[in-house]
Amino acid sequence: MWDGAIGGGNSPLRMTRNTQGSPYAPHTDAETAAMLDAVGVDSEAALFDIPDGVAFDGAFDIPAQNEGAVRRDVGRTLDRTDDLTEFLGRGHYAHYVPSLVDDIARRQEFLTSYTQYQPEVAQGFLQALFEYQSTLVELTGLDVANCSMYDAASALGEAATLSQRVRSVSGDRVLVPENLREGKRATLEQYARGPDLTVDTYPTAEGTADVAALRERLDGDVAMVYAETPTVCGAIEENLDAIGDAAADHDALYVLGSDPVALALLERPADVGADVVVGEAGVLGVGATYGMGLGLFVTREEYLRQVPGRLVGVAEDATDRRAYTLTLQTREQHIRKERATSNICTNQAWLALRAAVHAALLGPDGLVDLAEECVRLPRDLAARLTEISGIQAPVNDRHHFREFLAHTDQPAAAVASDLEAEGYAVHVVDEHHIQVCVTDANAHAVDGFVAAMAEVA
Amino acid sequence: MSDDPTDGGPEGDDEPTGDDRTGTDHAHPPREYSTYDQARWSQDGVYEPLLSEKDSTTVAIGGDGDRDDTDDGETDSPLPDNLTRDSLELPGLAEPTVARHYVRLSEMNYGVESGPFPLGSCTMKYNPKFTEDLARRPSAAVHPDRSARTVQGVLGVMHGLQDYLARIGGMDAVTLQPPAGAAGEFTGIQIARAYHEANGEERTEVVVPESAHGTNFATAAMVGFDVVELPSADDGRVDLDALRAAVGPDTAALMLTNPNTLGLFERDIEEIAEIVHDAGGLLYYDGANLNALLGRARPGDMGFDVMHYNVHKTFATPHGGGGPGAGPVGVTDELAPFLPTPHVRKASDREGGDFELAEPEDTIGKVHGFQGNWPVCLKAYAYIARLGDPGLRDASAKAVLNANYLASQIDYEVPYGPFHHEFVASAGDADAADVAKRMLDYGVHPPTTKWPETVDEALMTEPTEVESKDSLDDLAAAFDAVAGEDEATVAAAPKRTAARRIDQVAAARSPRLSWHDLDR
Repeated sequence: MWDGAIGGGNSPLRMTRNTQGSPYAPHTDAETAAMLDAVGVDSEAALFDIPDGVAFDGAFDIPAQNEGAVRRDVGRTLDRTDDLTEFLGRGHYAHYVPSLVDDIARRQEFLTSYTQYQPEVAQGFLQALFEYQSTLVELTGLDVANCSMYDAASALGEAATLSQRVRSVSGDRVLVPENLREGKRATLEQYARGPDLTVDTYPTAEGTADVAALRERLDGDVAMVYAETPTVCGAIEENLDAIGDAAADHDALYVLGSDPVALALLERPADVGADVVVGEAGVLGVGATYGMGLGLFVTREEYLRQVPGRLVGVAEDATDRRAYTLTLQTREQHIRKERATSNICTNQAWLALRAAVHAALLGPDGLVDLAEECVRLPRDLAARLTEISGIQAPVNDRHHFREFLAHTDQPAAAVASDLEAEGYAVHVVDEHHIQVCVTDANAHAVDGFVAAMAEVA
Repeated sequence: MSDDPTDGGPEGDDEPTGDDRTGTDHAHPPREYSTYDQARWSQDGVYEPLLSEKDSTTVAIGGDGDRDDTDDGETDSPLPDNLTRDSLELPGLAEPTVARHYVRLSEMNYGVESGPFPLGSCTMKYNPKFTEDLARRPSAAVHPDRSARTVQGVLGVMHGLQDYLARIGGMDAVTLQPPAGAAGEFTGIQIARAYHEANGEERTEVVVPESAHGTNFATAAMVGFDVVELPSADDGRVDLDALRAAVGPDTAALMLTNPNTLGLFERDIEEIAEIVHDAGGLLYYDGANLNALLGRARPGDMGFDVMHYNVHKTFATPHGGGGPGAGPVGVTDELAPFLPTPHVRKASDREGGDFELAEPEDTIGKVHGFQGNWPVCLKAYAYIARLGDPGLRDASAKAVLNANYLASQIDYEVPYGPFHHEFVASAGDADAADVAKRMLDYGVHPPTTKWPETVDEALMTEPTEVESKDSLDDLAAAFDAVAGEDEATVAAAPKRTAARRIDQVAAARSPRLSWHDLDR
């Protein structure tokens, strides 16, 4: 074994590294000894001030392994997941992610850096986040986008608590569509528990809001009306204006759920009276990650002081050049403690970088093209599926984005299970409904999927 | 002030030229410090121009949107005009231009592989590369709505991590759903609330030591509790008399970080647990400082009922400029029924695979739309599997050794001890924020500053186990070089970074938060 007789910096007697410890602790035995000596103790154990009563002298029974072995073992475990072609959406979407996104995002300067508490050495990340915020401002037409929330569900939760804080009179109910995804609703209810908000629903028709029924549910106690476009079943909401009017009539905040691909094509939230836009920005730059999200949060300037999470703003440096910094931090937990707008600290910044790179690569043409493809692909697929005996699609008489509901004459669970055997995954929504999602990421598999459906339907 | 951003570079008049302390009476042999010139792209009064300054393209959107017409031309929108926006204006740039833009930005950003990054309470470790490769494996990139039977690989790793974390923390059950440390706190305190409610008790207060992380206070408030702030004793630890006075029938929980933010182990932890439990409250462990205790002490053994782990700190997943992290929550058996849904467990019936998703009996519901930050959890699992028992135990040993060694090498007062993985030095008469800015010129990231407030002009320093003796000596030299400099030099720093000292106060006074606001 190499004894380090040559080189070795300041340690001419450098010894081989201790293979018994952490592979990421660089200490040689000689260095450890010198450091212990400098501190004035004779062992590392002597540095721990832990009373005997709570000291741990057992073992976790976790064996150490070399890197190759861990990659093989964990890889083998991961590969126990079935290789299915997914036609799945309902809030988590995959689009093709260009290779440059990974390449940029893996640069250690981005990947390993911390929240930008020292902006002078973090201009790169700050500018990328500022550009991310700017892209969302353009897409929504609203004024202020934050750097990220955890996901669409937590962004909705934060919007609900914001709606209560900014209200001049008390309001303790929030209204959401009855077909809201269960995970989103359950997360919203978690956020609603502390401030004693009640989550109520309003009916939907053909997959979108039933505006007349919504109006009946509205009263002076409603702090927030939430609507989505596209909705959970892929239907494009046709009454965004009317929903906004209904909310405004009762002084309720109008919170709209969407995503940056849909927003490249659909009505601009600012034009339909939205006060807050939330949703899933991970549709750009992230791909399928078993549900990891990138919560987008954009609102009007009047609510700026109530925005949760980090904000990047323009600043000037000592040379009067334009620079960037985290700003308005007096809203945040590390300054304001229990009076903060939220407890959020670590967020999804690296995914915001990824989304920003992806958006920059697409540009406005690419974004609009992608969004139009998200209308055409499900339209074409539904037309093909509905020709199969035993399938009617789409169920809702609406334009769709990425996905749609299909009626199955056979029990939906049986159809989905048979499809699984053929190598395809779809959602089972209820007894006779499946949901099918198609984007640029799985469009290549449509022919095979249609053939499989013809077999099993 | 000079308008030249290269001022302070090699020609600058206050250029550090090496150690100037030779012959003075220092405790440590003088060492030449490093210097650092960060890349600085600059053009027309800005550093790297914004994407929007490189191009702005407006795309008009329109079409007949006939729903039955599947043969729309490329120029036509497939939607009717009343459902679409009129236009979209964004930068439209070719891939090489985009690549160059972001590479330049990356050059103006400091990461863990750039140099020492001893931010206290943040545990900025080296992030092993192989975990990134595992996270990009195609079999890990799946949709969360797949049937459990078809994602056994994902569930297997999740179950494995739950198990590892339970062993490391001395807990009985673990959920991976919370996507960050603060989300873990939120989950844990919601569990405490649900537990008391299930017992028919309405407890309204959460006790938090004054030196705790800001998230603790904010979390307790978000869950609907009143926050009772606990003053520290003179030794920097929990004041038992103050704790006795603070707890009572309204106490839902005490949130505690151990070692605390001064790096001190709460020696009276057993008595603290007894006081809280006797009052009917729960003990919550903030896992931010768990790196100090790996293999040495476990929250479960100390009497904690519920805890969160910061896998982006303790288990080396990258911080990503502010996330994503993950904040798994561990609980005792008594609290396990309240965990978020769904929970990964071994399957009762193997036909559907070895692992299944189940709803805990008294679940608090969900804290994330799906199941949290899966790729981050995967990286943490791989890290723990790589280190095993000896590596984890060595991580805490070297983290604590590094903090103690570094503290012994700097000419700053460290008022509280014995500390573990981090120490809080005082900048004394100097402004800690200024000291930090000047340290940037010496090629190191500075400590966390001005917090906790129990130490005047605090420099909260956590080198972690990944720094070598050499790099700690560099870091010490940077600390001491700043200590020897005059106030004006320090106040004018940094000079060698991409941007010079940034006026954050002015930025907050007139917020410009998108490129649309540039002309404001």
